[in-house]
Amino acid sequence: MRLEVALPVIIPLFFGALTLILWRWRLAQRVTTVVGTGLMLLSALWLLSATWQDGILVMHMGNWQAPFGIVLVSDLLGAIMVVLAGISGFATAVYSLTSMSKRHEAFGYYPLLHLLLAGVNGAFLTGDIFNLYVWFEVMLVASFALLILGGERAQMEGAIKYVTLNLVSSAMFLSAIGLLYGLTGTLNMADIADKLSYAEDPGIITVIAMLFLVSFGIKAGAFPFFFWLPASYHTPQVAVSALFAALLTKVGVYALFRVFTLIFTQDVDYTHEILLWVAAATMLTGVLGAAAQFEFRRILSFHIISQIGYMIMGLALFTPLAIVGGVFYIMHHIIVKANLFLVSGLVYRLKGTYELKELGGMYRSHPMLAILFLIPALSLAGIPPLSGFFAKFILIRAGVEAEAWWIVGVALVVGLLTLYSMIKIWAEVFWKAQPEEHADRPVHGSVGSGVLYLTIGGMAALTVFIGLGAEPIYRIADAAAHQLLNPSLYIDAVLGER
Amino acid sequence: MSPQFTLQSLILRTAAHFLLPLLLIFSVFLLLRGHNEPGGGFIAGLVAASAVALYMFALDIRSAKRVLRFEPRDLLGWGLLFGVISGVPAVFMGQPFFTSQWLELTLPVLGDLKVGTPLLFDIGVYLVVIGGVLLILLSLAEAEE
Repeated sequence: MRLEVALPVIIPLFFGALTLILWRWRLAQRVTTVVGTGLMLLSALWLLSATWQDGILVMHMGNWQAPFGIVLVSDLLGAIMVVLAGISGFATAVYSLTSMSKRHEAFGYYPLLHLLLAGVNGAFLTGDIFNLYVWFEVMLVASFALLILGGERAQMEGAIKYVTLNLVSSAMFLSAIGLLYGLTGTLNMADIADKLSYAEDPGIITVIAMLFLVSFGIKAGAFPFFFWLPASYHTPQVAVSALFAALLTKVGVYALFRVFTLIFTQDVDYTHEILLWVAAATMLTGVLGAAAQFEFRRILSFHIISQIGYMIMGLALFTPLAIVGGVFYIMHHIIVKANLFLVSGLVYRLKGTYELKELGGMYRSHPMLAILFLIPALSLAGIPPLSGFFAKFILIRAGVEAEAWWIVGVALVVGLLTLYSMIKIWAEVFWKAQPEEHADRPVHGSVGSGVLYLTIGGMAALTVFIGLGAEPIYRIADAAAHQLLNPSLYIDAVLGER
Repeated sequence: MSPQFTLQSLILRTAAHFLLPLLLIFSVFLLLRGHNEPGGGFIAGLVAASAVALYMFALDIRSAKRVLRFEPRDLLGWGLLFGVISGVPAVFMGQPFFTSQWLELTLPVLGDLKVGTPLLFDIGVYLVVIGGVLLILLSLAEAEE
């Protein structure tokens, strides 16, 4: 019995219920939220260190043994994801202390935040494919509500696209689960993987694999199903944007990593070739879409898409080094992308707009913020010694070793275009003088922005740490990739030695 | 009170006063027998919520709220909290989360009684369903006014 496996799910559920009870007391809600997300982060770190020391951990919920009961499984990939969720959840909670207005809090921001985190962690840890669907839904329901928090017109418009596409994806997910259950008679992922290894008809398995690819592809924002993302991510409160950018699409990516390393490895030549094309197209469309945008958060949203492409590229190449690169990329990306959104929120707070055309002169007026922007921005573009450089380096090295030249070419070009986008933001927001007609019209001025600086600074420090301390991070990613490429480790941990 | 909302029926109003306690007792009955026989927290919660809803239709929103005593949102929160807490005792017994823990009591009048964490979970579900349904109903009714 390993307590730590369940804690990252139980803690946000518990504190979510608590914030619901404390609805009338704003201060108590805020304190509970910061304490709750902080405890969640600590439990996640505990889980990671336990998983690192003792290998894959399993908890049979309610003492119903696998494959009949629902299991929570923590392998290194899952544990890493939970830690990242903890970091971004905690950062968002702290950031919200000043960025979230009373009106938005009154719509139930804190309970929803906890519910979202519970859903995300549940998805990362569950070992049951139907339970994965349930956690996806928990996360989506919370995200629907967070997305329209405040109820502005643009939010509704974005939310309709978001909800519609995600419902299509959920329906597909569910039918794919149904087919898989019909084929194997089990829902436990380890058991499915085990049963499929004796299956005689790889054709139908590939069909199911493609259904999963489409369904998770929509959730991950992969080409050609990414339209919901740039339509909605720039509309909600910025703390919500940051959390979404950090976690939601990554749950889709995580699910892709899980099913395409554990379950669908029968016909790698076919399935992972498709993944590779998807990866290339996702990278390119994302970065080209960003080049056409002139709104801070829309640019960042399009860049999420292109970054998703890199992660899928790691999965698609399917060599040990490539998987390491993919996992490393996820770690780097979540920190950096959340931070860039947080920076955009602070800029908005100081200047009252997200439009690049109307901004300017921030380097002169807020040099500290300019530097704090530059760290994640250059990291995103892959400038050494920041985290993004190592993430891209590992992936490109893996591509070269696999002699997949064209994807290497695409990845390099996209890296260059990412740099272009970041330089564009830098030049427009920080470097050029602010246009006269858009002189300062701050929303809140600099009141209480200390906490915001603190959060952004902390996340930037993490980026630098991942870059400078790439060696230990690489080792964790390497061990995670080792587990992913040896599904028997996972299967034996869940079902016991057979 | 707006006329289009309240049904001006003397029969319904009189009946509601009698039906409310009966339905509530029935809901508790359903809740308690739920573990081994048809019933349980969800259906019991629906019955209790419909009792309050009936009262609201027969009289008005304010009386319904007075009968309920608690904010539906608080019920929702407490219910969720009970649900989560019901999984915790197992941990102290060295078993995985949500493993049922049972306590066998022998009471003077009632005889043998088995109480356990699933009951706590069911009470949690009961409260969540009452809270959830009434939160929706009362909000809609208030918007109507």
